[in-house]
Amino acid sequence: MAIQPATQMNSPAIEMRGISKRFRRTGARLPWQKPVSDKVALAALDLTVATGAITGVIGPNGSGKSTLIRILATLTVPDSGTARVFGCDVVEDAAQVRRFINRVSVEAAFFKEMSPWENMLYTARLYGSGGGDTRDRVEKSLHRLGLPLSTLDRPMKQLSRGQQQKVAIARSFLTSPSLLLMDEPTTGLDPRSRRDVQELVGTLRTEHGATVLLSTHDLREAETLCDYVIILERGAVLAEGTPAALRARHELDGVVPSLEDVYLRISGKSLEEDEEEGGEEG
Amino acid sequence: MTVSALRWEANAFVGFLERQKNLYKRYWAWEMVWVLYTLVTTLSIGYLASGLNSIGMHEDPGKLQAVQLYLLIGALLWSYLSMVFVEVAWTISWERWEGTIEYTMMAPVKRATHLLGVSTFSIFYGLARATLIGAVIVLLFHINLSHANLLSGGLVLVAATFPLIGLGILTCLLPLLSPEKGDQMTVAVQGTLLLVSGVYYPVSVLPGPLQALGLVSPLTYTLTGMREALLQNRGIVETLPSIALLLGMGIILIPAGLWIFGLAEQRAKRLGLLKRSG
Repeated sequence: MAIQPATQMNSPAIEMRGISKRFRRTGARLPWQKPVSDKVALAALDLTVATGAITGVIGPNGSGKSTLIRILATLTVPDSGTARVFGCDVVEDAAQVRRFINRVSVEAAFFKEMSPWENMLYTARLYGSGGGDTRDRVEKSLHRLGLPLSTLDRPMKQLSRGQQQKVAIARSFLTSPSLLLMDEPTTGLDPRSRRDVQELVGTLRTEHGATVLLSTHDLREAETLCDYVIILERGAVLAEGTPAALRARHELDGVVPSLEDVYLRISGKSLEEDEEEGGEEG
Repeated sequence: MTVSALRWEANAFVGFLERQKNLYKRYWAWEMVWVLYTLVTTLSIGYLASGLNSIGMHEDPGKLQAVQLYLLIGALLWSYLSMVFVEVAWTISWERWEGTIEYTMMAPVKRATHLLGVSTFSIFYGLARATLIGAVIVLLFHINLSHANLLSGGLVLVAATFPLIGLGILTCLLPLLSPEKGDQMTVAVQGTLLLVSGVYYPVSVLPGPLQALGLVSPLTYTLTGMREALLQNRGIVETLPSIALLLGMGIILIPAGLWIFGLAEQRAKRLGLLKRSG
């Protein structure tokens, strides 16, 4: 049984209706202490992502980007509303959804003492492969990402942050996901690694036909890579459209603004300001 | 479940065995320390029995040897059973520590495959470790196994593995629900098992409430069955009550453990507990 190609389905890659999620904040519990309100991560969010596109989700920390991705990855259960991936409900049909997706997160999550090969073989096994040709596929994939083959059998902890993130992307390639959820994959990378990763995201669509949902707070990255952009603020959609349409919509005196300017005008503040205000849950 | 789905799960099961093998290989230095620690602890128990004669506690050499064997069986079995229990119980804690928990939980495999894969490896590894320590004990203490029925002892051990896995699965949901305190709670469960299961003394010496806890611990019946087989040369038929009881406990505890783990997983996902590393 191979991972089912979902891209031929008629359903949108992602369809969310009225998704809400709040997290209980720990803290004051005693009667005389001031109660701490819940953190609202997503507030009745409606969202549709077309199959085959790279869709960017922009927003500061605490805007709900990571919660959105975790719900789609079946790692968080929404409080209300429905979320579907290629027509399958993320709560009711979670097992089926898991066959369609993979995720690259901001921290390259690996068994740190194990080598890239051992980590990738483990992933391959969980996704229905791991046979004789896996080593070849892994080697080709890492070579393609510009990683020397000598890194293949070294412990992950000896690799740089950029190298680890490339292995994380190679790991997601290995499972041939129909929907790839990328949660700030370039945060904390040096400029060169960041550019390499951004190029790879582009190849995912052209060569693997995957739908990509890319969460980022790098507005230039979103403008360069994404076909469609959704701006989130406090768990709700503030604006959405293609980068060109969003820029055209906010044209002033014949000057087309950058996506960053658009964000500033819509939200009334910069991402950096918002990050300082952002809560614990992303 | 279809044949292709079974094949998928079997492939993932192999993946968990391979992963555990690779982790143990990479953390070999830690493992050496743990093996040494377990060996030293077990030997200490053996020498404790040897020393009873010197401090005038027991003067009959035959009885002394029986006491020593009683204690060593307890120590060796405890080293195996507690190791399997801890490995299963720490399945979640370990992945939280590595930061891979969300990736494993997101993979398209059944939780039973995940937990039983980790459990199976820990059984094989635990047996290998216990055999090594057992060999050292036999050599150092000149253990007389002429009264031992190894076949029925082996069957008791195999039967004991099932409830132990169930108990481990039940315990490993503690770190899932409480990232901060779950590990310590696991250790507390392990300590309670040591106290009430008759590892170094008969359960009958315990106060009533602790005896009651000992009655529901599968380790109690494992130790009873093993001692009957190894000290009293009891055959398969005579140890059958212990074996049947252990298998019965396994039949209840494994499905119950998986079911309750599923509920705990849903709760962790509802409260957003998976990503926290404690």
